[in-house]
Amino acid sequence: MMFAVTAAAVLVTMVLTLYRSIKGPTVYDRILGINAFGTLTVVLISVYGFLSGRPDFLDLALVYALINFINTIAVSKYVEFSHMGRPTGGDELGDM
Amino acid sequence: MALFLEILSWGLLIIGSMMLIIGGIGMVRLPDVFSRMHGAGIIDTMGACTILLGLTFQAGLSIVTLKLVLIVVFIVFTSPTATHALARAALHGGARPQLGEPVEDDPASQGEASSKT
Amino acid sequence: MVFMAVTGFAVARLRNLFGVVMLTGLFSLMSAVLYVVLDAVDVAFTEAAVGAGIATVLMLSTLALTSSEERVSEAEKPMWALGLVVVTGAVLIYGTLDMPPFGDAYAPIHHHVVPRYLEKSGQEVGLPNVVTSVLASYRGYDTLGEVYVIFTAACGVLLIIGRPKRGRRRTLRMLVGEMRHGMRQNVILRVVSKLLIPFILVFALYVQWHGDFGPGGGFQAGVIFAAGFILYALIFDVDTSRMVVPSEVTRLLLALGVMLYAGVGVVGLLRGGNFLNYSVLAQEQAAGQHLGILLVEFGVGLTVAAAMITIFFTFARQEH
Repeated sequence: MMFAVTAAAVLVTMVLTLYRSIKGPTVYDRILGINAFGTLTVVLISVYGFLSGRPDFLDLALVYALINFINTIAVSKYVEFSHMGRPTGGDELGDM
Repeated sequence: MALFLEILSWGLLIIGSMMLIIGGIGMVRLPDVFSRMHGAGIIDTMGACTILLGLTFQAGLSIVTLKLVLIVVFIVFTSPTATHALARAALHGGARPQLGEPVEDDPASQGEASSKT
Repeated sequence: MVFMAVTGFAVARLRNLFGVVMLTGLFSLMSAVLYVVLDAVDVAFTEAAVGAGIATVLMLSTLALTSSEERVSEAEKPMWALGLVVVTGAVLIYGTLDMPPFGDAYAPIHHHVVPRYLEKSGQEVGLPNVVTSVLASYRGYDTLGEVYVIFTAACGVLLIIGRPKRGRRRTLRMLVGEMRHGMRQNVILRVVSKLLIPFILVFALYVQWHGDFGPGGGFQAGVIFAAGFILYALIFDVDTSRMVVPSEVTRLLLALGVMLYAGVGVVGLLRGGNFLNYSVLAQEQAAGQHLGILLVEFGVGLTVAAAMITIFFTFARQEH
């Protein structure tokens, strides 16, 4: 019963982040929304695993957390440099 | 003892769910991309980690708990890093934080304002 | 499902290709959740790893090489194309009307093939994960074909894009000098990636060998393994990562995986059984199946990892 409540909360938050991904005026809003959506998916898969009594899903959740991270880094790099081959970092702003 | 663990895990799950929704509302309502990163951070770190920790108390001491703890550690490491990379990219791309009205620096006027209230 | 419909609609309408790529990643993710709900964990695993992860990264690399807005075609909207799509869709839907209802217990597939797999897999193959036993043993030919397809895709990419036009070969000394006083590197990303990458590679190995008991297997493990190297290449330079994984090594691994798979099949031939019959590999049938599936999945993992690494590195090395 508790898992159902948590799953419902996750779904509601997914809707909110999805709204931000589609609407977000700048591209960074969209990336942020997708990152949050990914973490929510990790939580949803874990809770659903408990709900259905099959904890095998946790491997899947871990993989998805990894993929989410790599995607966010890749997209940030793409937006920053428009080239996927050069090293990340180094800027005129320094470390703010 | 078992009842205590049960209540603890339920409490954590409820708190985590509330944080998720608060973070989600934050993402929708906050005015600026940098403030929205706070919202996403609440969802990721506080909400997700609290819920997953609550699940570990449900699972007892087993390999499932180990995997959940691994996921939590992973999220704690990677979510702030991803936000950092994103904030860097946003700063480079020209987004600037939306600051409020500049505070009046004049001590005389401040002294007057405080005496008026 | 509503999520998927909304996202699909948004994908079709957005002109900005970058937004399209992100939303396609989201779409893959929702498919993965759908598969989880349908209790198909291995499929969800593969969909999450490949569709939501690697495909997005590869599409972004493609976008980096081309423009990021979709060119609106000047020609008038061809109405006959729309008509063709509608007719094809209608025919397909009409075809599915004849199929048994979703999950019907009397469907033919549930009568002949599936009960055999489910009941006999325990004694014939002896692995808890029936999906792996079906994939690698009962339908081994199909999986061999899939591995060949991945191999061909990587070869195709290598043939079409191949070597970069300008030699960007840099020596070790140049790289070290650059790091010291050139750009100020991003410390946080570097440190965190260096912490994470060994963990990712070990996790890939875990998924590879654990495929017999839980969700996992060769495809997913190969993708995760490649993801570790792609992360390294994203944070550092592609040329630096090329020094870590030289192209000779990836090409070797690419071919080695396929040869391993087919080789196991040939050994089965040599020992008196059919092609890809694992039972004759060892004394008793279940042990033979175990050994065969182990080797075959490892071959799959090798080829998939090498293919993903090759494709990403080839894309990333191109200048605009």
